[in-house]
Amino acid sequence: MMLELKFDSKAVKEPIISIATLETQALINIIRASIGARQGELVVEVDDSKADDVIKVFKKHGVEVSKIDRAIVKDEDKCVHCGACLSICPVEVFSLDEEKRVVIDTSKCIHCGVCVKVCPVGALTLP
Amino acid sequence: MKTIEEINEKIREGNVYVVTASEMKEIVRELGPEKAAKEVDVVTTGTFGAMCSSGVFMNFGHSDPPIKMQRVWLNDVEAYTGIAAVDAYLGVTQLSETKGMEYGGAHVIEDLVRGKEVSLRATAYGTDCYPRKEIVTEISLEDLNQAVMLNPRNAYQRYKAATNSSNQILRTYMGTLLPNFGNVTFAGTGEISPLNNDPEYRTIGVGTRIFLCGAKGYVIGEGTQHAPPFGTLMVKGDLKEMDPEYMRAATFPGYGTTLFVGIGIPIPILDAEMAKFTAVRDEEIMTEIIDFGVPRRNRPVIRKVSYAELKSGKVEINGEEVRVSPLSSQYMAEKITKELKKMIEKGEFFLTQPVERVTREPSFKPMRQREVKVVRSVMTPILTISPETTIEQASKIMIQKGINHLPVVNENEELIGIVTSWDVAKAVATGKVGKVADIMTKKVITAFPDDPVEVAARKMEKHGISALPVVDARKHVLGLVTSEDLSRLLAR
Repeated sequence: MMLELKFDSKAVKEPIISIATLETQALINIIRASIGARQGELVVEVDDSKADDVIKVFKKHGVEVSKIDRAIVKDEDKCVHCGACLSICPVEVFSLDEEKRVVIDTSKCIHCGVCVKVCPVGALTLP
Repeated sequence: MKTIEEINEKIREGNVYVVTASEMKEIVRELGPEKAAKEVDVVTTGTFGAMCSSGVFMNFGHSDPPIKMQRVWLNDVEAYTGIAAVDAYLGVTQLSETKGMEYGGAHVIEDLVRGKEVSLRATAYGTDCYPRKEIVTEISLEDLNQAVMLNPRNAYQRYKAATNSSNQILRTYMGTLLPNFGNVTFAGTGEISPLNNDPEYRTIGVGTRIFLCGAKGYVIGEGTQHAPPFGTLMVKGDLKEMDPEYMRAATFPGYGTTLFVGIGIPIPILDAEMAKFTAVRDEEIMTEIIDFGVPRRNRPVIRKVSYAELKSGKVEINGEEVRVSPLSSQYMAEKITKELKKMIEKGEFFLTQPVERVTREPSFKPMRQREVKVVRSVMTPILTISPETTIEQASKIMIQKGINHLPVVNENEELIGIVTSWDVAKAVATGKVGKVADIMTKKVITAFPDDPVEVAARKMEKHGISALPVVDARKHVLGLVTSEDLSRLLAR
């Protein structure tokens, strides 16, 4: 499961990810990070079974947590299956099926939006 | 041995045996070329990719009073009208003057094919025979007398794949190229692409009837930059008969607009040789991966690669696996081969004997240029300072010498940073004192002495800076090139 974490100026100074791992034994994969002096934003991936425990720890330390259930949406009428998105997506959401059609695995999507700008026919949007 | 006429007779009788290019590979593998040639009459090939050298000739009909268009715009995209009064050519890469890269000639063409109205605006100087000087109106495809798609260069047999060694993201006609060999992009459909199935151009020639964006079109000769085995075709077809499903306007971010063109070409299996040709596999079709990190005409070749490897989705560069994007739609290309197969089987599409073969001689010379101006010829000598220099000393040097840039070098004379008059002003404004090492920009954008001036200008524009230190391979500073030096050069 993907979680979006928002840190305030206090929480941003603490080694929150390590704390969460030590307390819950959950492996936490950092997908995206943008840390500033006063605030930070992280997208992390954790195993579904550990997600609730991890969320509890984050919240205890003043981190705002939201589950990412949004994902990229492809307009099938617009897509011509050129595959420009295939090598751009950092987490390999896009692949070609048996018939060489571009298909998406939305469970992998981290909502980064890189593909939206790359699609030559404007078939991809982030809701 | 079979003739085109015999194949057409079979089409008429309804007992022609047509297979798609993908199906043919298996058939020849099983039966061998001799037997396959006896059984199979036609192999349908296809491609569907962004083809920038495309456009449409239009005739708008005459207004009253008549106008001899000097300039004409369709939905604010300019078309070329330096021909007869109301004839024009709209190219797919021409950009809208109001919407920029998100809308271009390709989008106007797609809108027309989809039955939409587009605005037409034209201006003229006025003559006795054509007194009108301006017109604004709306037109749709059915209002046009003729709308002929005529594409100077389509259906590339194979194409150089692209990657990027630089540390910058590049937006190119080969799509978005990620830094540090982050990805590879390629175009073309390999073993099902028309010219790869007739590599000696025996059956595809002037007059060959083809499937062009859903309509029947024709090959009218080799395309521009035709350079076998990187062969190309010039094609035409009636826009009014086209199907929007088999064409699509596109924008390559940072590059501009283009049109996905769908082309299908039937290959008559006249003999065993043609059967053998159409059995070609992706493994045998080679191209090169070239480096767009070098913004020159001769981009370095990173490695040779087959279409099989490109289509696998991953290629190896410097021992690392790199992901690949096709830019041509293999799905749409396959779909076109199936559609064309159906049309032939139903007796709706007949084959043609070319009236002239396309040449097997390449013609892809570089442009004849007067000279390539390089940075070395415009750079000026520059003082360098050590990182220990105080901000105050740096400001004094700038004022005394009347300069705005001071490259910072270490004890080995290697460039490690740059300080500008802006950095100094900022330091003063915020009450900062100390060494230039604290305020210098460490990631310096540089130029090499042999870089063309256009490359240096593009670097400055891209990074919003006004000068580049010129360095050699050992990072020793040779001079400085400023935007002023360059604009003086261009103003001449």
